[in-house]
Amino acid sequence: MTTTVKSIVNQPYKYGFVTQIESDTIPAGLNEDVIRLISAKKNEPDFMLDFRLRAYRQWLKMEDPRWAAVSYPPIDYQSIVYYSAPKQKEKLKSLEDVDPTLLETFEKLGIPLSEQKRLSNVAVDAIFDSVSVATTFREKLAEHGVIFCSISEAVREYPDLVQKYLGSVVPIGDNYFAALNSAVFSDGSFVYIPKNTKCPMELSTYFRINNGESGQFERTLIVAEAGSSVSYLEGCTAPMFDTNQLHAAVVELVALDNAEIKYSTVQNWYAGDKEGKGGIYNFVTKRGLCQGVNSKISWTQVETGSAITWKYPSCVLVGDNSVGEFYSVALTNNHQQADTGTKMVHIGKNTRSTIVSKGISAGQSKNSYRGLVKIGPKAEGARNYSQCDSMLIGDNAGANTFPYIQVQNNTAKVEHEASTSKIGEDQLFYFAQRGISMEDAISMMISGFCRDVFNQLPMEFAVEADRLLSLKLEGSVG
Amino acid sequence: MIIENSPVILSVKNLTATVDETLILKGMNLEIRAGEIHAIMGPNGSGKSTFSKVLAGHPDYKVTGGEVMYLGQNLLDLEPEDRARSGIFLAFQYPLEIPGVSNLDFLRVAYNSKRKHEGLEELDAFDFDELIQQKLDVVKMDTSFLNRSVNEGFSGGEKKRNEILQMALLDPKLAILDETDSGLDIDALKIVANGVNQLSRADNAMLVITHYQRLLEYIVPDYVHVMANGRIIRTGSKDLALELEERGYDWVLDEEAVAS
Repeated sequence: MTTTVKSIVNQPYKYGFVTQIESDTIPAGLNEDVIRLISAKKNEPDFMLDFRLRAYRQWLKMEDPRWAAVSYPPIDYQSIVYYSAPKQKEKLKSLEDVDPTLLETFEKLGIPLSEQKRLSNVAVDAIFDSVSVATTFREKLAEHGVIFCSISEAVREYPDLVQKYLGSVVPIGDNYFAALNSAVFSDGSFVYIPKNTKCPMELSTYFRINNGESGQFERTLIVAEAGSSVSYLEGCTAPMFDTNQLHAAVVELVALDNAEIKYSTVQNWYAGDKEGKGGIYNFVTKRGLCQGVNSKISWTQVETGSAITWKYPSCVLVGDNSVGEFYSVALTNNHQQADTGTKMVHIGKNTRSTIVSKGISAGQSKNSYRGLVKIGPKAEGARNYSQCDSMLIGDNAGANTFPYIQVQNNTAKVEHEASTSKIGEDQLFYFAQRGISMEDAISMMISGFCRDVFNQLPMEFAVEADRLLSLKLEGSVG
Repeated sequence: MIIENSPVILSVKNLTATVDETLILKGMNLEIRAGEIHAIMGPNGSGKSTFSKVLAGHPDYKVTGGEVMYLGQNLLDLEPEDRARSGIFLAFQYPLEIPGVSNLDFLRVAYNSKRKHEGLEELDAFDFDELIQQKLDVVKMDTSFLNRSVNEGFSGGEKKRNEILQMALLDPKLAILDETDSGLDIDALKIVANGVNQLSRADNAMLVITHYQRLLEYIVPDYVHVMANGRIIRTGSKDLALELEERGYDWVLDEEAVAS
């Protein structure tokens, strides 16, 4: 291995720093009192506390799912802190009121929040441990009737909308982690796009876990009214700790007639060290409901971080002619484990879905695609195309593909293609013999492999995703 | 062409090398000067391909003794990519397929790596496009080749022509052709040989590794070496190749056995 490669390999996780800030943290542990306390801290209306308690009681009766191709020791839910918020003034009038330490933290993460430096056409909601610390461009969005705020504010200020849609796509008892999230979620983003409105800028939420003991349980709800459209992006990082932290999020999307939601994720949670110590357990439920006719929901994800990823962004295609898409790149290195994929549930007529999944496994990692395509009895003329490609780097990584296909309507058309390839030493030698460095060689091969997915990302993030993948992989061969 | 007192490009002395702990090269000696075309022939398993891979720096091949000087510097000190950038080109016997990477991108990055190494400015996409169009003529390749993934789905002949295209672009000081004739029909062979002949000049050199005399009808060598058991056992002119074609290798091996 050349020295440059070595130095890049040994480069520490860039976002692994801890911000020293005074926090309002409740003691570890979970019971009904803790849930009441969280709800009280957030001044929630009764319906919300009721929602949480119902979810908690369901969760108590459920079991940790173990069907995914990942292994980890049992999680002690009583050792997790369920609420931790940086101490700052009660009500923030403007960004000037945000603790400078927090602004600095986000700036270091490449997400400037201050007026002068912010990204020009992207509105950002910044979430630090359990709370949202700032949301940019709110006034500008409000001019168009677009609501973009933290879910906590939405619960207080738009209770009717929240009550109508929260839990409508992912019911409280949907699965173990969704139930837990419904009971204890502390913050997240809320987006509402009114009728016939094209959201004038990209919306984005940046999630940061800072506290070593706290879990992050965020909740995102996006509602696109008839004829509206929005593109939303989330990014995530966390400091390096030796212990594992739990991140159990729920994202719900609702698209009404002719509405379109594009949801992109670049996930770079701390993945643990080379020996597999530490890292985030990322157990996430994401689901979109194409409720209206001709509606469209598109998920794009670039998953590079986390010790364990358990995540299946799904589309429920109820409206006739609605469209669901899933574009995914999942990269695992060292001892990372990923079990990720999607569910496309076709209910309405002429519904269409596309799945493009690219799994890259290096080191001793394990990377599985798990996907369900379900065509209901009334889904006349439904179509699905799935393509699942795996790339192995080195000899010790593993890749699995678990496609589940259920068809109950004989007019449906379902296609599935899969391939496995390998970046081998001989290919790298071929590049080297033409004068191309190992770094450039890997980066070219990975870009080529991921092109179909990167093309779906907003431009500035596509470049970032490309760079991130190359960085994560360098030194994994040779 | 043999030019009196032309500079030495490659000098190999007593080179030994192993693959998976097995000794394959057992004392190679070879000197190549600018302007010359050398052919190495020999039976299967004699170490011909190993020699080419050792020169190019393949990581599976370990040099255990001897020295290799290239243009006055110790070649064995250089990483494979630096050998390439300083003008060593290996046309692969089995060119690798690189899915997802377009031939055009591959060629441009390779070419610019060399430019950078030479302290020259990298060519942008437009200038490079102009350059590569000229090179395509050398191997009579269509522009559509550029947009396909490197070697993916190429026929055997197309792959070999693609190797020569890369060679034409990178303009090496020392080109090593490892069994470039294998798997070629006569038309493709002529195109490849013609390409190589166009690139041969007084200031560079070629090392042609082949199993058969056939290629040497089109690429005429100045020297023919017979390799057996990890060493060069006989060197002659192009006539040696014809003799080998007629009589096989056994007589050379027998004479060698008697001599030692």
